[in-house]
Amino acid sequence: MSERQVLENIERYHSGQMTAAERKEFEAMRKADAGFDAKVVEHQLFAGLLKQYSERVELENRLNTIHQEIDVHDLKESLMAHPLWIVRIWRNHHSKISVAASVTILAVLSVLWGAGKFDNHDNIQALKSKVAQLDKSNATLSKSINDIKSQQEKTDERYSGTGTGFALTSDGIIATNYHVIENADSVYVQNAEGKSFKANVLYTEPQHDLAILKIADESFSSLGAIPYSIKRSESALGEQLFTYGYPGRTPTFRKGYLEAKTGYRRDSLHYQIDINILPGNSGSPLLDGKGNLVGITDAKEAQTEGAHYAIKSKYLLDAIDNIPEESLTQKITLSKKNLLAGLNDVDKVEKVKKFTFMVMTLDN
Amino acid sequence: MNKELKDSTPTDSEVILGILNNSETALKKLYVAYFPMILQLIINNSGDEDDAKDIYQEAIIVLYNKVKAGDFELSSKLKTYIYSVCRRLWLKRLNQINRYGGDIKDFQEFLPVEEDDLEKHADRDVQFKKMESALQLLGEPCKTIMEDFYIHNRSMQEICERFGYTNADNAKTQKYKCLQRLKKLFFQQI
Repeated sequence: MSERQVLENIERYHSGQMTAAERKEFEAMRKADAGFDAKVVEHQLFAGLLKQYSERVELENRLNTIHQEIDVHDLKESLMAHPLWIVRIWRNHHSKISVAASVTILAVLSVLWGAGKFDNHDNIQALKSKVAQLDKSNATLSKSINDIKSQQEKTDERYSGTGTGFALTSDGIIATNYHVIENADSVYVQNAEGKSFKANVLYTEPQHDLAILKIADESFSSLGAIPYSIKRSESALGEQLFTYGYPGRTPTFRKGYLEAKTGYRRDSLHYQIDINILPGNSGSPLLDGKGNLVGITDAKEAQTEGAHYAIKSKYLLDAIDNIPEESLTQKITLSKKNLLAGLNDVDKVEKVKKFTFMVMTLDN
Repeated sequence: MNKELKDSTPTDSEVILGILNNSETALKKLYVAYFPMILQLIINNSGDEDDAKDIYQEAIIVLYNKVKAGDFELSSKLKTYIYSVCRRLWLKRLNQINRYGGDIKDFQEFLPVEEDDLEKHADRDVQFKKMESALQLLGEPCKTIMEDFYIHNRSMQEICERFGYTNADNAKTQKYKCLQRLKKLFFQQI
């Protein structure tokens, strides 16, 4: 009997497909030959392990699905042990304390100056000439900046449409609206510094007006940690929100709140928000105060006067899950960290800026 | 989070019966009910939310397997059991990464854990890791043939048709070769 047939017999034995006579013979063989018996046991253990392994994978998937529905960030805030009162006072009032300290230092300095402690003409002369020098180099600099700007404006003319997109991963996977890239022959994205990169369309969901792009440009380097995480659960009415994007090709920050959980004609794909969304804003990230990404602003639906909409982030998460594996070089790992919580608006913009892109298309 | 789920902590026997009956709702209720407790334990003892997720899921899996194997006796509250297992697992992890300062801040009462359970779990985990990488190294079409036959219990006839083998004998030979390779890959690993 070949090894293959031996294995087949063992499997038939374990799955109970043997006739009574075969079974008897098989068991007799096991008794007579210890080596054979070991083979039977080993195979059963191995096949069992394979099965248990698959059950474990399935259980882990089930647990992960449940886990996704928990708003971990909110929970974490409420469960952190509270720091010492002195740390709390510093956290809450450090700006006021700093101001008080600077005022004191300024007062001391002016008293000293008034008392003639700094009466040193030579130093002041030197300082004056230094300032004049700086002035001059500043003028040259702004001239060259203007030159660069005018060059850039010229290149911008080539593009036939613009929108906004934002990074999902540090290696340049970007989300935007489908209608932004709908008729595009080629797609470019431009970062906050004005540098543009060629991008490919990785995946689209026209029914949800979503598109996923991937920067495919050798000059592109990693963005660093994404400062927001995508929220699966729905946000509450009245939640404070802000967005950052490129309406009219100008970086723009706007804030407001969530008005309704449904969009135009009560569709459940959109939120209605009290933030002016202009053409070019399409595909901008919509974030809440804690740095959760809750939606993608969508200027296409803004036909009704005074009503503005954003696609719920849940649909984005689903779209990411639906990207066919073949089109990805590596699995998408989304950020779970919110680095925006507790920052003021200026600092939030500063953080988000780097991860938001102007999406420019060349139509065919 | 769903408010109803959050507010309804399941009873211990509800959870155990639920696991035995493969109830998705019971598993979800269990998971949602005790996760905050473990998050609190971990983030206040030098961990972050990802650590909490790992540790908590490991404990749920230990419980799940123990219940399924029929040797879970409810000698304490389920809550205390889960907390104790997580606490033990986290202490172990802290020791491994040298972050343990000899002191852990506790939020619940806890009991000593049967080390047996955790060891059994750790052993099995090692085996699963090996199986995972063996399957990955195995490649296609072997991987799918193995999964179809040994996991999804598909017949050789079905596999033969799915992969377009000209006759069942060819498919059987292929399956045999794949299994031999998988075993080799599995046992080669240390």
